Amino acid sequence: MQVTLTWLDYLILLTYTGFVVGIGFALRKYMRSSSDFLTSGRSIPTWVTGLAFISANLGALELVGMAASGAKYGIITAHFYWVGAIPAMVFLAVFMMPFYYGSKARSVPEYLKMRFDERVRALNSISFAVMTVFASGISMNALAKLLHLLLGWNYHASLWICSAVVLVYVLKGGLTSAIYTEVLQFFMIVLGFAPVVYLGLKDVGGYSAMANLLKGVATNPSSVHLRDAGISYGPNAWTSAWHTLLSGPANNPMGVDWFAMIFGLGFVLSFGYWCTNFLVVQRAMAARNMTAARNTPLVAAVPKMLFPALVILPGMIAVALMTIPSKGYRIPAPILDNATYERAMTAVAADAALPPEQAFKDISAAVGKKMDVEKVAALVKDYAAKPLTPEVFRDRLWNAVAEYDYDGVILSMVKRYCPPGLLGLALTGLLASFMSGMAGNVTAFNTVWTYDLYQAYMAPNKSDEHYMRMGQAITFVGILLSIACAYFASMYNNAMDIIQLVFAFVNAPLFATFLLGMFWSRTTGTGAFIGLLLGTATSGLVHALTISQGNVPGMKGGYLSVVHTFPSEMAQNFWLAVFAFIVCFGLTATISLATARTKSDDELKGLVYSLTPKIKDEGLAWYQRPAVLGTALLAACAVLNIIFW
Amino acid sequence: MGLDIRWPIGLMFSLVGLLLTVYGIVTMGDAEMYHRSLGININLIWGIVLLIFGGLMLILAMRSKGSGGPPK
Repeated sequence: MQVTLTWLDYLILLTYTGFVVGIGFALRKYMRSSSDFLTSGRSIPTWVTGLAFISANLGALELVGMAASGAKYGIITAHFYWVGAIPAMVFLAVFMMPFYYGSKARSVPEYLKMRFDERVRALNSISFAVMTVFASGISMNALAKLLHLLLGWNYHASLWICSAVVLVYVLKGGLTSAIYTEVLQFFMIVLGFAPVVYLGLKDVGGYSAMANLLKGVATNPSSVHLRDAGISYGPNAWTSAWHTLLSGPANNPMGVDWFAMIFGLGFVLSFGYWCTNFLVVQRAMAARNMTAARNTPLVAAVPKMLFPALVILPGMIAVALMTIPSKGYRIPAPILDNATYERAMTAVAADAALPPEQAFKDISAAVGKKMDVEKVAALVKDYAAKPLTPEVFRDRLWNAVAEYDYDGVILSMVKRYCPPGLLGLALTGLLASFMSGMAGNVTAFNTVWTYDLYQAYMAPNKSDEHYMRMGQAITFVGILLSIACAYFASMYNNAMDIIQLVFAFVNAPLFATFLLGMFWSRTTGTGAFIGLLLGTATSGLVHALTISQGNVPGMKGGYLSVVHTFPSEMAQNFWLAVFAFIVCFGLTATISLATARTKSDDELKGLVYSLTPKIKDEGLAWYQRPAVLGTALLAACAVLNIIFW
Repeated sequence: MGLDIRWPIGLMFSLVGLLLTVYGIVTMGDAEMYHRSLGININLIWGIVLLIFGGLMLILAMRSKGSGGPPK
């Protein structure tokens, strides 16, 4: 099951590494002040910041996770792009960027300080800093584990070597270097994976053949062990984005209703992420002028709109391939440990004499997973005839597991289709996404730490050189912290789940605060602060009172009492965000009206929509105007929704 | 910043493209190796695609010297 890399594959990997490190060194001489290092001195052209904007978000987890969702849920996953990301990116460009960029804030928390007060900034910057480090660590752990399991690479080596490469180029060239390499990584990811997707699609017989095969899967998903027996969806469940959504949560693979999808994911979560997360917004803030800053998310939206073909389609191809027995493909099963193999071997050896049903039950219990009846029976029979070698036994037992590790989809496709040479290119693409995500986190973290925590609360009024040094030191520390988090994640899986859950609570209400802050001058700091806190508390409370089907009360919710049961975890998450948003919005507005304003109209100029002179786009050619471009993008996005209706 | 990112992108993809193309030519007719990629010599084809992409980036960088970076 493991593949060996040839010298050519390593050479391609090395070439890439050489270039990203080289970019860091080439930019070293331009790093003269803390703003050069942490904010790029606002000097980068639009197409570069645009591609970096999308690349920072295209971490390894996105690549791996979207393919997994494509397999699990089908094309409905594309709503994360066509309902979620694109409208939010257009909104950021047209309405919000003028305040971020025009306010001269160096970070999102700093904008919050200008608009509200120190409390809101402190709350946002601390939660953001902690979140980035953990997010980076979780993603690093996931990828290093995957590389270990499917390619046999050393976990520690992948972790430390990738971190060292990122450290070198970020330390040398700061944010500029992160942004420039992100552009290179963007092309690497796209050009590395496109041929794999092409070969997969060709193998399965083209898109319409794949869609036909998926119809069979949708009506009987248990035939390929995608769902439990007895579950059935409409024939187009995997291939239509809206039909299946509109037919109700029981009839679509994701188990989500249309309101939670459009309002919860499309509005609350997506706008919350794309419009307020400093990781992406920072890229736009580094643009060379206001027009470039506003056009950054719009440039990014073009590839983002087409990404489902690169990241979701492989998952769908994988499922379709499984329905053709002659292809001999399956999505990898979860990895079993040695003790399990030994238990199973004893069971298989002992069970030859038992009736098949009893033997199957026994062996399933020994493995602790759902198993395929026929494959287990064949294994018992063959083993009784002639004991198999441990390697063959392991392979066959692993193949008889009827559960999937969906995160393995992408790598299993790479392994299946790539001859030496292309293999190196595709793996480089995967590592590029790993590094771009990590560099994105680190550069956002070091800016927020240096300007919003260190300069604001610990050591104000120091020389710029001092902050520059701090920025470099914290880059180093940030990467070490990420590595520590990765190890922590590998040891305490459950603790990580709780941490991620808490972050979901923190993120859910955030957009309400920004929306009211930017578009209603009456919003006060006290209102924003309390609204944000209680909005977060609301998501925690909703989680404690609800659960999704198939889960037991505990970590997955419902630990206080079960007031409502959602059809799926996804639906639970989306609804949680809806409640948090509404509570944060309502409370912020009410408390603002009850408290006195602390900032005058004059102070809010450039920070609030109604008090800021409208930006005149007349000087620009029509194709450079954000409003025109945004409208065109929304129209294109609508067309995609209709094509895959 | 005085660096036009199209240079490194163009150079890197030209180089990787060249590697794949040469390897594709050398291994032409190796049915066993290209069995995985459905009998297509994907190294040769994709190597050429990367060469074209890399070349295009280099041409763009050459034609507008400096404009990929900010005004100095």
